[in-house]
Amino acid sequence: MKEAKIVTRDLTLHYGLKMALNSINLHIPEKEVTAFIGPSGCGKSTFLRCLNRMNDLIPSVHIKGEILIDGLDIYQKKIDVVNLRKKIGMVFQKSNPFAKSIFENVAYGPKINGISDKKKLTEIVESSLKNAAIWDEVKDRMHDSALGLSGGQQQRLCIARTLAVEPEIILMDEPASALDPISTGKIEELIFELKKKYTIVIVTHNMQQAARVSDHTAFFYLGELIEFGKTRKIFTAPDIKQTEEYITGRFG
Amino acid sequence: MRLKNKIIGGAITTASALSVVLILAIIIIILVVTIIGGKDKLTWEFLTSFPADGMMKGGIFPAIYGTALLVIVMSIAAVPFGTITAIYLTEYAHEKSWIAQTIRFAVRTLATVPSIIFGLFGLGFFIKFVGVGMDNWFMGGQLRWAQPNLLWGSLTMALLTLPVVIVSVEEAIRTVPRELREASLALGATKWQTIKKVVIPGSISGIMTGTILAVGRGAGEVAPILFTGAAYYLATLPTSVSDQFMNLGYHIYVMSTQSSNVDQTLPIQFATTLVLLMLTFSLNLTAVLIRSRLRRRLK
Repeated sequence: MKEAKIVTRDLTLHYGLKMALNSINLHIPEKEVTAFIGPSGCGKSTFLRCLNRMNDLIPSVHIKGEILIDGLDIYQKKIDVVNLRKKIGMVFQKSNPFAKSIFENVAYGPKINGISDKKKLTEIVESSLKNAAIWDEVKDRMHDSALGLSGGQQQRLCIARTLAVEPEIILMDEPASALDPISTGKIEELIFELKKKYTIVIVTHNMQQAARVSDHTAFFYLGELIEFGKTRKIFTAPDIKQTEEYITGRFG
Repeated sequence: MRLKNKIIGGAITTASALSVVLILAIIIIILVVTIIGGKDKLTWEFLTSFPADGMMKGGIFPAIYGTALLVIVMSIAAVPFGTITAIYLTEYAHEKSWIAQTIRFAVRTLATVPSIIFGLFGLGFFIKFVGVGMDNWFMGGQLRWAQPNLLWGSLTMALLTLPVVIVSVEEAIRTVPRELREASLALGATKWQTIKKVVIPGSISGIMTGTILAVGRGAGEVAPILFTGAAYYLATLPTSVSDQFMNLGYHIYVMSTQSSNVDQTLPIQFATTLVLLMLTFSLNLTAVLIRSRLRRRLK
């Protein structure tokens, strides 16, 4: 296993009084794809949203334990959440482009980071769109509204928008769950390309997808991390009975 | 039991139908009467000329001009202030915090205060307190600000229309999906950048609706400017915010109560009323259209 990019230690999360995550210990390796699987409500998305502190937005959430990224605890008081989120991109379940042009969507991140040089922005936008495998489809209509794109294109645009900030980690929360098989295939190919440069964590409902795209798989159930290991092993010879039952479709 | 329900249902339906007919009838009567009474007088010349012969003849241009200035200065004050308040309430304050609750209570109360009270408040606060203070500090005691003028009239009107702006903008901000805020924050935007670049552009139609409704309300109200800026008659147009101004609503009041011959000026009164009605109707209609588009987007 490569070096761990993200390490969590006894991460416990409560929504008000209800425990949603119970003492999660996990090592997520650098520049590989780690998939979180498990039935709805098992805590996998909640856990993902801890990694870029998106749960900060929900007042009732309380978190104990540590999340170390490059050895640094991101829940320390002195951590600048805004800078943290620049380092950790996120792609959401429902594609959420801004009601702006395709160009402006991708340029959004660089612009808030203070890049105003038109030429530089154009370069970043072009390379981000290329890396997100959508450049050929949009290069002739950069100034059209992003809302006119198809669902699959919108999702790749959102990935391009994330890449434009040059993150080190990309979190994906069921990025293909609302897409047709062809668009899903494109996203999966893209993930395969992206892991050369980025550490990717993906939450998915789709077991085949986890098996296809990930190097490591974590199985969550009722807020607990049941099993974590190489994807091949989890899908062929899991150590724990619950994992096997879920993967073979006997529950969940 | 069934029969009783039927009777109650029937009674309610009849009552509703009656009130709809009644309301429509009142609107139609108002429109028909003003149109019949004013249509001959309502010419381009009437709209563009000054009153003449002791206001027995001539047009209403200064009143239209003054009303326009009033709502412009009012909007400049009410829209940014109302928008900022709405942003604070939706984005920063916790729903249940005492400060948010206090502001909401104040906004609701403000909306129910009779408009003449705003007029008296404007007189007491802006003219007698702020105006007198300004004259003492900046004008060396010379009278300039401690009297009714466009600025005080507009600010008083802004207080009256502030709740309209706040409520409209708040409603619009709530229609901006959470996913878009999250997308912005996930890209490393600060909260303020997210508000500036995502939330406000996303609620621009609500800000417009609020502005138009406020302008419609401000254009029609007379009581707030009665003591704070409206003039009976002016031979020249106002050129500064420290000048007084004429106003359509106030002009109607003046023509129908203070004129030396009320009957003779009746066509002028009707035509002025017609102008004011068309102005407020069209403003409200625009606001309704924008708002319905906004609601459709929400679905």
